[in-house]
Amino acid sequence: MSVRDDVSARLPGGDAGLIVAVLLVIYAAYVLIGVGLGYSLRGQLNTIAVLTFYIGVFAMLALALNLHWGYTGLFNIGIVGFMAVGIYVMALVSKPLYESGGAAQVGGLGLPLVVGIIAGMVAAALLGLVIALPALRLRADYLAIVTIAMSEIVRFSFLSGELQQFQLLGERVGFGGGSGLILDFTDPLEAFFGFFGLWDAYLGFVDSFEVLVPNNPKPVVDGLVYGVVLLFFVAAFYWLLKRTGESPFGRVLKAIREDEDVANSLGKNTNRFKIKAFMLGCALMGLAGILWLMTSGAVTPNFFRPRITFFVWIALIIGGAGSNTGSVLGGAVFAALLYQGPRYLKNLVDTVLPNADAPSGFGPAIAPLISNFDPAPLFFYTIDSIRQLQLVFMGLVLIWLMHNRPEGMLGYRKETAAGIPLTAARARGTAETDGGESASGGGSDE
Amino acid sequence: MAANPLPEVVPMSEAADAGDGDEPGVESGATSGAGAVGDAPTELNLGSGGPSVSEEYPLQVDSLRKSFGGITAVDDASFQVERGSLTGLIGPNGAGKSTTFNLITGMLQPDSGTVTFDGEDITGEKAHAIANRGLVRTFQIARELQEMTVLENMMLAPKYQRGEALWRSVTPGFRGDVIEQESELLDRVWNVLEFFEIDHIAEEYAGNLSGGQRKLLEMARALLTDPDMLLLDEPFAGVNPSLERRLLDHIHELREQGYTFLLVEHDMDLIMENCERVIVLHQGRVLTEGTPAEIQANEEVIEAYLGGNV
Amino acid sequence: MGIAETYTRGRQFAVARPGSVLLALVGIILLYDLLSGLATGQTSFSSVGSLVWDGLMRGLVIGLAGIGLSMTYSILNFANFAHGDFITAGAFSGWATTYLVAGLGRADVGALLLVGAGGSVFGGTLGIGVTGTPLAVAAGALVAGVATVVLALGIDRLVFKPIRDEDGITLLITSVGVAFALRYLMQFVFGSSVRGTTSQPPSISLYFVDGAVRINAHDIAVVVVAGGLMLAVHLLLQMTKLGKAMRAMADNEDLAQITGIPTERVVRSVWVIGGGLTGVAGYMFILWKGTLGFNDGWLLLLLIFAAVILGGIGSIYGAIVGGLAIGLTASVSVIWIPSAFARAAAFAVMIVLLLVKPEGIFSGRSTA
Repeated sequence: MSVRDDVSARLPGGDAGLIVAVLLVIYAAYVLIGVGLGYSLRGQLNTIAVLTFYIGVFAMLALALNLHWGYTGLFNIGIVGFMAVGIYVMALVSKPLYESGGAAQVGGLGLPLVVGIIAGMVAAALLGLVIALPALRLRADYLAIVTIAMSEIVRFSFLSGELQQFQLLGERVGFGGGSGLILDFTDPLEAFFGFFGLWDAYLGFVDSFEVLVPNNPKPVVDGLVYGVVLLFFVAAFYWLLKRTGESPFGRVLKAIREDEDVANSLGKNTNRFKIKAFMLGCALMGLAGILWLMTSGAVTPNFFRPRITFFVWIALIIGGAGSNTGSVLGGAVFAALLYQGPRYLKNLVDTVLPNADAPSGFGPAIAPLISNFDPAPLFFYTIDSIRQLQLVFMGLVLIWLMHNRPEGMLGYRKETAAGIPLTAARARGTAETDGGESASGGGSDE
Repeated sequence: MAANPLPEVVPMSEAADAGDGDEPGVESGATSGAGAVGDAPTELNLGSGGPSVSEEYPLQVDSLRKSFGGITAVDDASFQVERGSLTGLIGPNGAGKSTTFNLITGMLQPDSGTVTFDGEDITGEKAHAIANRGLVRTFQIARELQEMTVLENMMLAPKYQRGEALWRSVTPGFRGDVIEQESELLDRVWNVLEFFEIDHIAEEYAGNLSGGQRKLLEMARALLTDPDMLLLDEPFAGVNPSLERRLLDHIHELREQGYTFLLVEHDMDLIMENCERVIVLHQGRVLTEGTPAEIQANEEVIEAYLGGNV
Repeated sequence: MGIAETYTRGRQFAVARPGSVLLALVGIILLYDLLSGLATGQTSFSSVGSLVWDGLMRGLVIGLAGIGLSMTYSILNFANFAHGDFITAGAFSGWATTYLVAGLGRADVGALLLVGAGGSVFGGTLGIGVTGTPLAVAAGALVAGVATVVLALGIDRLVFKPIRDEDGITLLITSVGVAFALRYLMQFVFGSSVRGTTSQPPSISLYFVDGAVRINAHDIAVVVVAGGLMLAVHLLLQMTKLGKAMRAMADNEDLAQITGIPTERVVRSVWVIGGGLTGVAGYMFILWKGTLGFNDGWLLLLLIFAAVILGGIGSIYGAIVGGLAIGLTASVSVIWIPSAFARAAAFAVMIVLLLVKPEGIFSGRSTA
């Protein structure tokens, strides 16, 4: 554990430096492989944009989960429910008013995107409150089951015909049911730059990429810029949660995680602290859901299956619960290696062996291996099924982590919960005289 | 994660010369043995005024009753604790001492009966509300917050910290106030740490402390909540004799400053030598109460202890 | 004493006590609604009867699978999220056997072993059913049980045993990893399609007040198998030394260790009994509903959790009663609410019960 701490201590910028370094390594690896394969610049940039996108969303979600689990000890496995509420409520508020004959079956309230985003976050926080009020009294494993059941209830609700279309404030609105909801609000980037009156300037900026990426550079540049926006949000999450942790508020959360009775016996209304922390985390999960899906054009309830919740958990466990830096790194490593990595690998194989025909099922894939020792069909089927197998791999990684490194890749990290550094700045001459041997502990220098 | 915080006794080199055969020699109601340790900073300045209760008997327990399933743990217990006193609560195993503590401090809700603190009915209030009234407890098995340093443990305790409001801790422009108060609190924390002579382990993780150090930490932490009265649940369990002396000295010093103590303890000698009044619980009831001399002469008490230990 | 305190107490009261009052009120309203529906003829008795029957079947499967979950929950002290995929694994192994026995010589062995992956062979064409191919079904159910026992023991040895002493949350997270690996490995092998597994079973129509409630041969099979196995478990726990040891260990593991009950042996027995029941439950579930997909067990898992928690963790009778309650809720709730919310209603019942009576109907732990 001290080895890692040393790394972050030796790097310029400490933890921030460590994060930047890891990101650079990840990008370098992706670019090098791309170069080796002779990807076009456009392809390279696209790869980077997609990678950045997933690094961003998983880092944000892991940070929000770290507030719940790492700081407060709340076992929330209903993450995806809060994401769903975030984006759906945001869509309800920000979609344009219904017009008959349009592509969208239902409209929204036609309010600006910012209002929608805030409404989505507030709704996710309120759902958190509804769960927290009664459920925070429960044991951790019960809370887990309640939250995952809640996330499924949310999904069923958005799937149901009853909420597909309804009247709100005299407008025809709805959640679109199982067939999905078209997100026909203003393009978020346009809204963002337009807000500052910079949309035309942005378009000019995009055009200047014509030199690098001929033929319609806009999608590529949009993707990259949106990735940067997401990283900006990651930084904002990090800043907010670092401040939350390094404060008397965070200290109480830490105490709750350690021993709630003690915090109570010292006069802290622990339920109130837990509810606040839970709601903040839920709002951030809602925001992450919004940022994940707002540029995707449409959203369907079945996107929000519990597996995404577990992705976030894997990311957090890789990074190490309890550490904000670890959360970001875990999100990045998960996105790069476990989430995008296998898909990139498939593209790689497809490029190397462009004409390989994968069998349609396991039967035809394994039959040639048995009958005449031909492993090729099984290999191609494996590559073709990479999206399923990557989930198998994730499961194995999770088991391995719990066996070997439950504290995450940074090792056990203890971040001081105070607004000021808690060091022995005060002279302790009196104490030294008694030869104050203190039980030796893990590197406490922060 | 649930490492059992069983206290391991680590001898403190510093107080080794105190000798464990010594009798503390403190008569009931007499002056404390403070100063025996010598160079300890004797004045504790919490920076918050010290104890303040107006009632002659700040803690009054009336007809308290609690049963679990078919077993009645506390059965119609009534007693009161005098201001500024060190009162002992004794009784054989299973007499209901810990349950009584839990009922008083709101960790458990009584089936019937009332608890009055400083003239106000606090029966059934939440644990944190009772603590905020100035009635603070420690635990039988020291419950330090293991993965927090001694300083973090201590910084947690003070009441009504500005930064406990989330918005103030994160909002630029307001966080300054939080930081300012943190520095003030840290000063107070150092005072208390020095008073208890555990300032040399300030940066240590609480989980790494010895059993006795944990007990000291727990009492120091409880004091930082600015209490009026302290309920100590077996504060000497698993503590070596020299450290026990030190803890007792601290308790006597604090009692002289006006703090009220209610003490659960198994060691009869210790209770008899240090407490002004003793309450004896037996099978959930108050068997008797009085001065140590009275208790020692009481046939019923001897009976109860012998009967309870067979 | 001030407004704040009065408020706090009021809220405390509102959260804790009247939960049961509110619950009773909701029950009365629903009952009134049902009765008035029946009286006015808007709801027919026979449709309610069909829903209840459907719920009973579902409940038996959930209860049977729930016994295993409840046992591991109480004795190994963690919520096993891989339990749903044990169900699926049992179903696939059992149905591969059934296909093989029923279709040997009539179709490609590979296709049969993969339970007709990719539409290569259909259960309906093979005429699979408890009346048509009784031997194949019996063999399938048996293999489902045995294969799941082997799987559960293997996973315990490789995954759970090394971290036996860790806390419940660590084990829970690990079991999520197992669930992922198992489920998508099965998808890799058996494909992602949902296939029909049985031909139409013979059925009888029972006249019920104003119409018919249909009961088919597979319903009867579920009742017989589930009922028989539940009875067997009951006898095992009550009559044998092993059952006694299990109950002791569910109550207190340390105590069991001190008094010399060989706990690893008990743990193994738990996986054997729990795994076997789970595998058979998975097989019967597929027989009853007639379709099989890689997600079936996982989809059932949350309902099983609901049942186990409802009945009280550690109580096998609780698991059975909880299973029936959850099954009935999921089926019968469509009388009052849109069918899209049927599963949601079952979860809601669990959440409400957790809040009102967190220790479960059977007050957990002591009965094993």
